[in-house]
Amino acid sequence: MSGSEGLSIHDRPNSYIGRSVPRPNLPRLLKGRGSYADDVKLPRMLHAAFLRSPYAHAEIVSIKTDEAEKVTGVFRVFTGDDIAKVCSPWVGVLTHLEGLRSPPQHALAVGRVLWQGEPLAAVVAESRALAEDVLELIEVDYKELPPAVDMEKALDGDAEVIHDVYENNLCWERNVNQGDVDAAFAASEVVIEEEYRFGRHTGVTLESRSIVADFDAGEDMLTLYHSTQAPHMKQALFAKHLDLDEHKIRIICRDVGGAFGLKAHAYGDEFATAAMSMVLKRPVKFVADRMESFLGDIHARDHIVKGKIGVSKEGKILGLEIDDLTGIGPYSVYPRSSAIEINQVLNLTGGAYVFENYRARGRVVFQNKPPMCQYRAVGHPIAISVAESLVELAASAIDMESMQMRQLNMAADDDYPNKTVTGIPLENLSHQESTTKLMEMVNYQEIRNEQAELRSNGIYRGVGFGALIEVTNPSPAFYGVGGAPISAQDGCSIKLDAKGNLIVGTSVTEQGQGAEAVISQVVATAVGITPEKIKVISGDTENTPYGGGTWASRGTGIAGEAAVKAGKVIRNNILDVAGILLQSEPETLDIRNNQIVDDENGTERMSVAEIGRIVYYRGDTLPKDFQAEMMVVQHYLPKSFPFAFTNSVHCSHLEVDVTTGFIKLLKHWVVEDCGTVVNPQNVDDQVRGGVVQGIGGALYEECIYNDQGQLLNGNLADYLVPMAVELPEIIVGHVESRTFESDLGAKGAGEAGTAGAPAAIMNALNDALRPLEAKLTRQPFTPQRVLEALGKV
Amino acid sequence: MTNRIEINTTVNGETVSRMVEPRTNLVDFVRYDLELTGSHVGCEHGVCGACTIRLNGEIVRGCLMLAVQADGGLVETIEGLSENGKISDLQEQFLIRNAGQCGSCTPGMLLTADALLESNASPTRMEIREFISGNYCRCTGFEAIIDAIEKTAQTRQKER
Amino acid sequence: MKPSPFDYVKPASLGEALSLLSDSDGEVAVLAGGQSLMPTLNMRLSSPSLLIDINGITELDGIEVVEDVIRIGALTRHQVVQSSADIAQHAPLIAMAMPHIAHPAIRNRGTFGGSIALADPAAELPACLCALGATIEIAGNKGRRTVSAVDFFKDLYETDLADDELLTAVEIPVLADGYRSAFEELARRHGDYAMTGLAAHGLIDGDKVSDLRLAFFAVGGTPVLAKNAAAVAEGKNIGDEMISAVQSALEKDLDPFDDLNCSAAVKMLYAKELTSRALKALIR
Repeated sequence: MSGSEGLSIHDRPNSYIGRSVPRPNLPRLLKGRGSYADDVKLPRMLHAAFLRSPYAHAEIVSIKTDEAEKVTGVFRVFTGDDIAKVCSPWVGVLTHLEGLRSPPQHALAVGRVLWQGEPLAAVVAESRALAEDVLELIEVDYKELPPAVDMEKALDGDAEVIHDVYENNLCWERNVNQGDVDAAFAASEVVIEEEYRFGRHTGVTLESRSIVADFDAGEDMLTLYHSTQAPHMKQALFAKHLDLDEHKIRIICRDVGGAFGLKAHAYGDEFATAAMSMVLKRPVKFVADRMESFLGDIHARDHIVKGKIGVSKEGKILGLEIDDLTGIGPYSVYPRSSAIEINQVLNLTGGAYVFENYRARGRVVFQNKPPMCQYRAVGHPIAISVAESLVELAASAIDMESMQMRQLNMAADDDYPNKTVTGIPLENLSHQESTTKLMEMVNYQEIRNEQAELRSNGIYRGVGFGALIEVTNPSPAFYGVGGAPISAQDGCSIKLDAKGNLIVGTSVTEQGQGAEAVISQVVATAVGITPEKIKVISGDTENTPYGGGTWASRGTGIAGEAAVKAGKVIRNNILDVAGILLQSEPETLDIRNNQIVDDENGTERMSVAEIGRIVYYRGDTLPKDFQAEMMVVQHYLPKSFPFAFTNSVHCSHLEVDVTTGFIKLLKHWVVEDCGTVVNPQNVDDQVRGGVVQGIGGALYEECIYNDQGQLLNGNLADYLVPMAVELPEIIVGHVESRTFESDLGAKGAGEAGTAGAPAAIMNALNDALRPLEAKLTRQPFTPQRVLEALGKV
Repeated sequence: MTNRIEINTTVNGETVSRMVEPRTNLVDFVRYDLELTGSHVGCEHGVCGACTIRLNGEIVRGCLMLAVQADGGLVETIEGLSENGKISDLQEQFLIRNAGQCGSCTPGMLLTADALLESNASPTRMEIREFISGNYCRCTGFEAIIDAIEKTAQTRQKER
Repeated sequence: MKPSPFDYVKPASLGEALSLLSDSDGEVAVLAGGQSLMPTLNMRLSSPSLLIDINGITELDGIEVVEDVIRIGALTRHQVVQSSADIAQHAPLIAMAMPHIAHPAIRNRGTFGGSIALADPAAELPACLCALGATIEIAGNKGRRTVSAVDFFKDLYETDLADDELLTAVEIPVLADGYRSAFEELARRHGDYAMTGLAAHGLIDGDKVSDLRLAFFAVGGTPVLAKNAAAVAEGKNIGDEMISAVQSALEKDLDPFDDLNCSAAVKMLYAKELTSRALKALIR
């Protein structure tokens, strides 16, 4: 045991925690030397293209593939029935979401197609271009069926019932009833009711979903080069549905070009690609093109929420009620389900506040649109927009500053652990300090003064806030308890090489958020080795410990703690060897800057490289009864709390051109408390990138459908995402309230930006338009909708 | 099936001769025929900018040009510009400022930034925003990218 | 998303290109800048059997001022037009419009003639040509002919250009004394196609405007010259009252349609707002 054994990672000398160390994987990405799935080129590799349904709902009367199969260069045409023989269907439900139902879903449609874009056949050919040519030769006889498109009508008695095994289109319903909401509203000074609508949007990862499936018939081994954020989960799923043992599947995802949640789900085209490789015994590549991404990737949001808040004349929240309806497409998505988003809405609405009376209903309905599932900040933008708008409307009604009302209803920072109204434990939050800090950063009074002055000139500026709690570091309570093969624990392996370098394996993946940097900084700190001597490996099920992957803002908090633990173990193991060689007690030694030093005064005794040399080449010089262990692995699972909640607060400042309905974002501020900040610049950029995706949902992004379930803007020119010119500067501040569950104390930081930005923008917009008595509650807030709210069209 | 056409082009300083299908676009040619996978494909309809390549000294959309159009031309990709050091200062600032996250947009963004600084040595932040407005980034929110380009411009100005 | 197969040919002269056009069976596409053609090929919205690449016809490239017209060769890249001193001096409306057209990498390849020949109703340049009274020069096997810009644009993506003809150049009268231009558009994001746009050109004397041409885009199948509005404006001083009279007259000129970004009513509202902005800009 070394002298620093008992110390926290935060007491380590030469710490890299809290330093903006450049990300070690970035240089190769900057040189165009990334390794994404589509970069993989294997001998004898074939290319798949998928035939997708042009209809939102149709019976497949027949599929003729013979003309297609005659073409030279085509290896095989697969229909849904063909794939069903080698890939079993799945059911996207979680058992802990009681009553959640969804029928079996095949990789390729069998019998019926249930959304425009659902894959129903595939061509495997020597090139992607040829495969696409041949798709045109497949003859499908469709019998069009009436689609159920509008989620508001999906439960009507005369609605087309999509799955005849069920009596209606209800997928799941959850009700919450805490306290006495009716009495609370009766006792309220003001009661505000409002309806909120959230557009259906999608993730638009710049690298589309991609997979290269390489089945080795010699070993019965399936290697999948795959753009995913959950390699071990995918390994389990592919194994189950392709009937292979898990150790016969290897998932490699070295670089992932953005994920944002959408690469954590089972997609039929990806499973079919793997199945086709097994049948053909050759590598098969499938890369979704942008058009099929819009139809084939999961969509998100698409909620209509009726909200109601009652507050006392002092501004205390007495009661809150929401009724949320969401359309999730024809299936609940496997394996995470399409009920989690609404579940989060029910759990989190008003989560920043202390109140006792809460009633909520959430209904999830089937419809003939692409499946909806978890996308960055799952449920949060909805919950937060609803609650934060209601709070600002209520504050305005009682003529109180909204931030004052917020602070009045937030728990004191020393009043933790605490619980939300629905009983979810909150460990350690800092609403008061964070909101106070935000108000200092924003210079609120100056903005208000300027606002009043400009209004007299016909210029309408607004300022709005959004306070929130965010789910991070989920325990098995999220998915594992519901039966999904999704690990909530993560691992870190560390190997010392003969030159004193560390080879580190982490079970979380890198998709740009900086997981490898964080793990490297933690290991550097925990062991005492400088970052340039550390190599982090991620995204390979054969070479990393088992773990969940990177989603739900869990990488730093969970895998980071595993790295703390593994670092500590290997440091001790190295010091045990050093103790023998230096004839010192290991606890009097430490490792700093790659050297074994006297813990007390830092005097260098020998290098870690020398330890490596002796252990590997001159083990004969060590005692007979001593075996050095220079490779270790440690795991970590949060157990005390189901989630490590974070808190943050946003402020948006914007200007509305009331003639055109255009909204100009002037500035955006966020104060974020994600506990320990390992890499400040990285966290700031996570927040900024998240805010911009929130801006997307609030102002731009929407999948526009007609009443036949046809997507009208399924291309990158017509589906608008926020771009450089339209974005404001985003100022990020921090408060650090560590989780005490782990030594590192880190919570997640990846989603709070997306979670809170829409609420702040909606509030700022309505603040700007208040003198004109216009109000908008339907996202995205397009110029058209602004003009409608202003009564100009 | 149409006839393949021979093209001769200089790619990152190397002479390349290949038979290509007329329909093969420039970025697919570079990625799949020449195995220079640093140029990315994001949309194939000219919107995202991930496939940005330099042709005869000008940035172009690699998905909106045919490989046959590069016949007799000078093609430069992120790999070539990295190896010849032309954009090393931009890359350094992108690294320091964390201006690339997932890396999909990054090569195209670097080539675009380089083209901006060739035409405007000291752009304002809004000029930077306008110039990169055809390059999609879904990760960073662009601010880090703008910071890095601005810093590079300032550094180049100082060194002049 | 790869194009259907096609053959490719790159003629070295205009004559050769025209022969190819008239001799070809099947669907032929002309490749100029390709910045609009290539997406339609990639998405298989069109599947020509032959692509005629006219980029080798050097005589179609370049800008020159010949007496009282400025002549822009069909193959002149947007970037070249944007940075041309001649354009800035003699056709400032075009210079004003250029930064709104897409993004730098697109402007490096996209051609002036291609944008005209495509006739996208939301594109900037067709409207500018209508406002400026430009002439389109067309070559066919029977020789060259010219057509006024206003007559060139027939309908949504439909022009006066026959299948066996090529657009060779555009001629714009050089800016005459006293004439000024204004360009306004509203797009959801920088570089996007306009929700509504306006190219305005007229003779300005103090605050008085005459010979006003208001060419709107993204409000119809072709650029729309607002003749009633121009008549109302004729000879008047630009001021609040005059502007609202001109705006009212627009209702007779424009019959916009809904698009993905906004309704017809919003387009009408935008047309009025842009008219106000443009008129004020003309006397600024």
